Amino acid sequence: MEKFTTLTATAAPLPLANVDTDKIIPARFLKTIRRTGLGVHLFDTLRYDASGAERPEFVLNRKEFRKAQILIAFENFGCGSSREHAPWALLDFGIRCIIAPDFADIFHNNCFKNGILPVRLPRPVCEALMADAQMGGNARLTVDLSRQVVVRPNGEEIPFEIDPFRRHLLLEGLDDIGQTLQHAAAIDAYEVRLRAERSWMPAIAAG
Amino acid sequence: MAEPRTLFDKVWDSHVVERLPDGTCILYIDRHLVHEVTSPQAFEGLRLAGRRVRRPDATIAVADHNIPTSDRRAGIAEPESRVQVETLERNVAEFNVPYIPVLDARQGIVHIIGPELGLSLPGSTIVCGDSHTSTHGALGALAFGIGTSEVEHVLATQTLLQRPAKNMLVRVDGTLGFGCTAKDIVLAIIGTIGTAGGTGHVIEYAGVAIRALDMAGRMTVCNMSIEAGARAGLIAPDETTIAYVAGKPFAPQGEAFDRAAAWWRTLPSDPGARYDRTVVLDAGAIAPMVTWGTSPETVVPVTGTVPDPAREPDEARRAQMQRMLEYMALAPGQRLQDVTVDAVFIGSCTNGRIEDLRAAAAVARGRRVAEGVRAMVVPGSGLVKQQAEAEGLDRILMQAGFEWREAGCSMCLGMNPDKLAPGQRCASTSNRNFEGRQGPGGRTHLLSPAMAAAAAVTGRLADVRELA
Repeated sequence: MEKFTTLTATAAPLPLANVDTDKIIPARFLKTIRRTGLGVHLFDTLRYDASGAERPEFVLNRKEFRKAQILIAFENFGCGSSREHAPWALLDFGIRCIIAPDFADIFHNNCFKNGILPVRLPRPVCEALMADAQMGGNARLTVDLSRQVVVRPNGEEIPFEIDPFRRHLLLEGLDDIGQTLQHAAAIDAYEVRLRAERSWMPAIAAG
Repeated sequence: MAEPRTLFDKVWDSHVVERLPDGTCILYIDRHLVHEVTSPQAFEGLRLAGRRVRRPDATIAVADHNIPTSDRRAGIAEPESRVQVETLERNVAEFNVPYIPVLDARQGIVHIIGPELGLSLPGSTIVCGDSHTSTHGALGALAFGIGTSEVEHVLATQTLLQRPAKNMLVRVDGTLGFGCTAKDIVLAIIGTIGTAGGTGHVIEYAGVAIRALDMAGRMTVCNMSIEAGARAGLIAPDETTIAYVAGKPFAPQGEAFDRAAAWWRTLPSDPGARYDRTVVLDAGAIAPMVTWGTSPETVVPVTGTVPDPAREPDEARRAQMQRMLEYMALAPGQRLQDVTVDAVFIGSCTNGRIEDLRAAAAVARGRRVAEGVRAMVVPGSGLVKQQAEAEGLDRILMQAGFEWREAGCSMCLGMNPDKLAPGQRCASTSNRNFEGRQGPGGRTHLLSPAMAAAAAVTGRLADVRELA
């Protein structure tokens, strides 16, 4: 996983609440066995009309936001399915940070596994950042994970909260599985206890 | 004396392998259900890292999302869907994971077959790369959906890194009225707390109306917990639960079952257990529900009307309502019962169980699907289909003009050929009415199986109580 330390980039404003995972990446694009290549289908129905042509008014189709790496949205971003294709599509497009008042749990979790930083900030702050973002490439935001601040184009610093364990994994670009396997002895011990205490639990064998 | 604990606390505590200094827990997973859409990249990750599946005997795979619901003996015509299913078959063979093949009678939607086969057990932790894993919470299991990276994590370590959720109690008092079902309860709950109402929480459903539900109804309620934003839904195991699990092929048998049941009976929340939030509903006040918008929280009684955005004070919400009405081609003030439908879908992990098909058949019996309406019934599993055929439900439904199909996720999300055409309106027993969910441009109204059957035979969003 790619580290996330500091990102200075154009931010795209998406002033919508309850952006669901079907909107981020419709189910018909989940028939892939790869993690990459989904960026072209990101926000498919918002981005393209029925003929497949770009809708010029959609934010990511506007010249100044085509290279945006930060996305700003409203409440409950990423609600719906557990599909990790949603963060994969965002990442493949180039988005490394999403700022919103809050996120749906599974999506929030999935972001961290892919080096995307979800930042929770109150609605009025998101509105102010969205106003900054409307200035396009002339108004780059900086997201500094080590100092836990978002820096507005006017230099104002906005602090944000983040789970320290997840922050550590992102800053170091660490793989979760590797982290957990450092506790393999504890897992072994738990399984010994499990076999004694819940010996009624059957093993699964198909056939 | 020990602090009183909730059901969630008890299941959580019994699965903590290790608590890390910052409060993150390594949580042990008892059952891992795997399907074709969210697993290929996870197995690929294992392969690249040279890792194995730690507990194949705690894992089971089945294909459900992609597969056609027409005759499947000829294989899957759609190339990408076929590749995904073939990839699953290759992966389960390479990693020795138990697998239920597409042509096996036990094949079906992963959340239908887990409980049906006794794979899902009370007090256990169950995960799957699918948000509707919350279904299994109906048995008193802590069951939740995970992303593909976490699927890989569970395959490799049999654990997840998690922080404990907050406890939320949703108590439903009273008795459901005539024509009302578990689906109406859960739609009413989501309408009350909203699609983000459960974020960060595990919801425990309690109260006499929940106790009165059979296991199928409890699964319908827990299934849609994710539509309220909750991490999981739970219902305390009771004698209904224990009787349901007894004798299921993958459940413990004989003396082992008795020992298991003795532990399951200790799991209900202790008197005085603390909840971070409590919501109370009166089942007697719940009518048959139907959604009008493109979020499951946009729900009203079928006797109601489409709300007017002009009355919404919040500007962003008003704009969102307007967009929904435009997408759904509905007008403020329009009576829901006057809305005509083009399609009816009965099935999904929410409402694809035998009890759901019985409810639909009871309405369809002796009636005809309205002119111009396509109505399809997709059993949740091969075993549900067999049972329905043994009861003659297939004949009742087909005589009424419904299509009778093979098991799978089907038109709930339209990954297989079952989808709506742009602009088509569907009365659906599934769980999400998001834009394009059942096919690009398709319009979804969520409702119960009985209400869906009523829509099929009248051609509109009818009140099933008037058909009795």
